[in-house]
Amino acid sequence: MNIFVCVKQVVARDSLLRRNDGETWILDDGLSFEMNEPDTFALEEGLRLKEKHGGEVIAITAGPSRSASTVREALAKGADRGIHIEDDRYAQADTFATAQALAAAIRREPHDVILTGLQSDDVGFGQTGVVLAELLGLPHATIIMEIDASDGRLRCKRELEAGWFQTVTLPQPALLTIQSGINKVRYATLMGIKRARRKPFTRYAPEDLGIEVSAQQTVQRLYTPQQSKQTQFLEGGSQEVAEQLISKLRFEARVL
Amino acid sequence: MSVLVVTEQQAGKWHRMSFEALAAGQQAARELQCQLRVAVVGSDVEHLAAEVSAAAVDEVIRIDHAALDDYTADGFTSALRQAVSTLDPELVLFPHTYQVRDIVPKLAASMGKPFVSDAIALRVDDGKPVFVRQMFQGKLNADVTVDGDSPLFASVQSGAYRADAVEKADAPAPVRQLDVDLDSAAIRARPEAPFQDAKDAVDLTAADIIVSVGRGIQDPGNIPQAEALAKALGGELAASRPICDNGWLPLERQIGSSGQTVSPNLYLALGISGAIQHVVGMKGAKTIVAINKDSGAPIFEIADYGIVADLFEVVPALIEALENQS
Repeated sequence: MNIFVCVKQVVARDSLLRRNDGETWILDDGLSFEMNEPDTFALEEGLRLKEKHGGEVIAITAGPSRSASTVREALAKGADRGIHIEDDRYAQADTFATAQALAAAIRREPHDVILTGLQSDDVGFGQTGVVLAELLGLPHATIIMEIDASDGRLRCKRELEAGWFQTVTLPQPALLTIQSGINKVRYATLMGIKRARRKPFTRYAPEDLGIEVSAQQTVQRLYTPQQSKQTQFLEGGSQEVAEQLISKLRFEARVL
Repeated sequence: MSVLVVTEQQAGKWHRMSFEALAAGQQAARELQCQLRVAVVGSDVEHLAAEVSAAAVDEVIRIDHAALDDYTADGFTSALRQAVSTLDPELVLFPHTYQVRDIVPKLAASMGKPFVSDAIALRVDDGKPVFVRQMFQGKLNADVTVDGDSPLFASVQSGAYRADAVEKADAPAPVRQLDVDLDSAAIRARPEAPFQDAKDAVDLTAADIIVSVGRGIQDPGNIPQAEALAKALGGELAASRPICDNGWLPLERQIGSSGQTVSPNLYLALGISGAIQHVVGMKGAKTIVAINKDSGAPIFEIADYGIVADLFEVVPALIEALENQS
């Protein structure tokens, strides 16, 4: 089974974000980056599918040069090969440009299952997987909680809203976007990190794949959200703020 | 020029967010000074088309076909692509539901168009729509524009527009049946009937007071502290997604886009950063209290009362203060 897992490098959770002079994007300097958390669950699911059905897990990303470390992390956790479509413009490309890059590289190889996280923790469009499926002409299912890949088809448990689920069966090849929490992700071992250095790693420039990096969506301005409510901040020692809060909830908000 | 709002229904019943998208569509059509159409998609949806015709719209489009009885991405994409090609709208608006997340990226991509998903507001600058989106887990907002020809696809976040803001008309709008050509053999997915895992799920929507925990609770061993506070307040305990993913609390106690949507009198958020997926499930609460170490956490943007502190110091103090007063 040829399993592609799409991963994205995003700014680390709880980073302090600073904007560029044009206030159209954030500044990379001084930030640390990590694998998009939803993608870690997709990677784990890919590794488990391989352990059950055999084959190969290929971790793929379209991103600036720094994102190579995220592909390496996937290799350290057990992916067999890495592919990096490298261009700095992918750092703020829209979904369509990213999906186009992934599609161009995946199309060159046999693929049975393609997995992505359900959305990215930075721009959060939540579309790359579905657009990728469309570009590759594949069926897809989103927000998947369980995969049964026996008999050459994919029987999946799809999460609907408000505690509802649905089982949907797709022929292979197909693309699935994975819900966070579907599994318990493994950590890279020291041995895994060592081995990762010797694993095949392919780099493409967009030109190598005959594609251009062009965005149709433009961020005109990036800004701190306006307070939708006037927040009263309570200050002082723990006992003091606790008493203040209870009295405010009782006499001001009248909810106790 | 026109705006097309695509509503959502399941088994002949409205998805509640349909009317929020319609309110957004009414505003967009007013600002773009153009016609507004609203589409109802499914099988045997005549009654829904009739119902929505009471709203102030220029036309109701009924896309009714037996192959649209069960939702499938292939079937709905094909039907909507045909409708969009026929009606040639400037802007196509959807509620940002799970189904929309499953289908609209495909629909837009199949027409070579981008899709501005999960917008929290839209306005018109110099005749061009500008969408406001949350980015970086809600820490920053972005004004987003789209280049290229119409149609433009966008979806609006749950709660961004009010369903009760939908304007009614004096006389019902005309309903047009739009025939689509669907080949059920071309539908690749085989969906089964939806089901619920937990039959006797906790109904958090009925709770007056909710104490909710997020990543800041750090360890499952700390959950009882939050539980004790919920008990002292006479409320229910709930959590954000990561806590339920870790199995520290059952999924049925989850608040957010994939869990329950609540609007209690009091919502006390402990160590919750306020990611969009959580906030959509609780921002309707009457009074919101946030306790978080990180003063930059987006949860403070919607909080009435904020305490920037270690929750493990404040929570015991709150329990003690409540006990002293009772």
